[in-house]
Amino acid sequence: MPDAMDKGSRNGSTLVLRNLRKTYADVVAVDGIDLEVAKGECFGLLGPNGAGKTTTIEICEGLTDPDAGGTVELLGLNWKAHAAELRQRIGLQLQETQFPEKATVEEMIGLFRSFFHKGIAVEESIRTAQLEEKRKSRVGGLSGGQKQRLAMACALVGDPELLFLDEPTTGLDPQARRHLWDLVDDLKKAGRTIILTTHYMDEAERLCDRVAIMDHGKIIALGTPAQLIASVGGEHIVEFALHGDSALNTGALLAIEGIGSHRVDAGLHQLSVSELHVAVPAIFAAIAAQGLTLSEFRTHSASLEDVFVGLTGRNLRDE
Amino acid sequence: MSSQPGKIESSSLLQLTALRFRLFLREPEAVFWTFVFPILLAVGLGLAFRNRPADVLQVAATTPKLTAALAADRGLTATTLDAAAGAKALATGHIVLLAVATPTGISYEYDDTNPDARTARLLADRAVEGAAGQVARVAAENRLVHEVGSRYIDFVVPGLLGMNLMGPAIWGMGFAIVEARQKKLLKRMVASPMPKWQYLASFILSRLVMLAVEVGVFLGFAAVAFQVPFRGSLWELGLICLLASLSFSALGLLTASRAKTMEAANGLMNLVMLPMWILSGVFFSSSRFPAAIQPFVQALPLTAAIDALRGNMLQGLNLGQMWAPMAILLAWMVVPFAVSLRIFRWR
Repeated sequence: MPDAMDKGSRNGSTLVLRNLRKTYADVVAVDGIDLEVAKGECFGLLGPNGAGKTTTIEICEGLTDPDAGGTVELLGLNWKAHAAELRQRIGLQLQETQFPEKATVEEMIGLFRSFFHKGIAVEESIRTAQLEEKRKSRVGGLSGGQKQRLAMACALVGDPELLFLDEPTTGLDPQARRHLWDLVDDLKKAGRTIILTTHYMDEAERLCDRVAIMDHGKIIALGTPAQLIASVGGEHIVEFALHGDSALNTGALLAIEGIGSHRVDAGLHQLSVSELHVAVPAIFAAIAAQGLTLSEFRTHSASLEDVFVGLTGRNLRDE
Repeated sequence: MSSQPGKIESSSLLQLTALRFRLFLREPEAVFWTFVFPILLAVGLGLAFRNRPADVLQVAATTPKLTAALAADRGLTATTLDAAAGAKALATGHIVLLAVATPTGISYEYDDTNPDARTARLLADRAVEGAAGQVARVAAENRLVHEVGSRYIDFVVPGLLGMNLMGPAIWGMGFAIVEARQKKLLKRMVASPMPKWQYLASFILSRLVMLAVEVGVFLGFAAVAFQVPFRGSLWELGLICLLASLSFSALGLLTASRAKTMEAANGLMNLVMLPMWILSGVFFSSSRFPAAIQPFVQALPLTAAIDALRGNMLQGLNLGQMWAPMAILLAWMVVPFAVSLRIFRWR
């Protein structure tokens, strides 16, 4: 996606990664990543567990050193020379931080506020995270979603220019996830640069301006969600299964106008389709012409999930 | 959008220390073990090893005159029994000695394997000779020693104080740090602009404030309830407690500097503390251990701390006279601190 990369550098990039690698003993966690994120962008690192998302984001956060040869630049600075300044200017939320059970919401936010030279008032941070009613509650008594919003409040209290969120909604129930998405939306509107990791496709589609899909430590696709979905070859996905152990002549299907690709997985055929109203009658006709009958037939709008499946042949959630 | 909180509010060291305090006070068990347990232990030991008045021994005689002679000794109470009743009382342990008047003098019946009976036999001799008007051949004088400062409670209070300087310092440091590491809180903290030294300093600061309360409460109790002596300078006593607490905190930091799980930390802390509970002379003098292991015993920080506390409280020694234990404590503070700062695992 060269045009997407250009967009980053034109606006003066907030984050630039060059040839980023990280090897642990015999495992290559990050295998040569180049990336630029523009100011004000909400950027998503998307991929299955073990794809290298967390290692990448922790290298950006200065918590893990990359292998020699790779460079990380944030806000025009780097971790070797400007660690203290960077810590003041970024905010972050880690994947599995557990705050002390017996500390209160207010105390934790106040503590984190005291680390920053400048930032927002504890009150404002509590309000942004919608924790007003829980201000005096102990961490041990918070729900999963509230704990995650507390982590967000601690990340925001230094009024960061650049915000890192590592799987912010993993393990939350659907309502708590939507609640957190609204919070991220507000932060985007306020013009902050946000980099988040997720293994939820819908989350990336909903929140991110641009997405990098990672697999086995590499970026395998980069672009806006719309660009990536368009790359599948159609806006819609048709899925169908046939009665019996029937052999299907796929050539006849691919010849239909508007069908981009075909793949079959465990007896379920998938076609990417640009215009459903044109393609579906033609598909029915082609199947009937081969003397086959359908046992299942459904369609859905193409998603990043389909992009991942198209690129790797695997489902994201198989991992 | 930005705000400038007050100076006190914005001091991260103060916030960190205050959080340590709050978390400690919200753990009822920790409060019990730190403040209440040492006092309960001192009360228990004080009751068990209290100094009783010398026992008065029960004896009997067969004639009223002999009974009166025996009863004249303060160490004996005597009753008059006939020979048969006396034999029975002797057999059942109600009396330890029976004096039978015989035509030629007195016949004593007692069990010579029973120390009380042998004591009664000697006292009876003295009483009967005294009654007969005989003078002691050698002038002798008894001076009885029940002096404050030589009782068991006086010995054990500095021992308990030393033990109580060690436990909370090592546990408080060890468990809190390893728990924070296990719960990825440590990683979150170093990902913030928090100065790392402040995180460790907050543990030491909160420990020192609690130390003042703990030591004050415990020694105050020992002074009021048992009149335990304070013969040395109180300032120096405070200094010994401070140095000991810092050494144990350093040791706690060392045990917590790498461990990733609470189980590992617990095992390490027990490994460090168990030899000291046994060898360092909390409940009895560490000099009872064989000479071969004495260099090891003497080099332990708890041995040094307790020696210095006893030297100050019981013997009234000044710090100059106790340079050896103080030097040992100082070494135990500097070396573990330096090592832990080098090997500390922040994530």
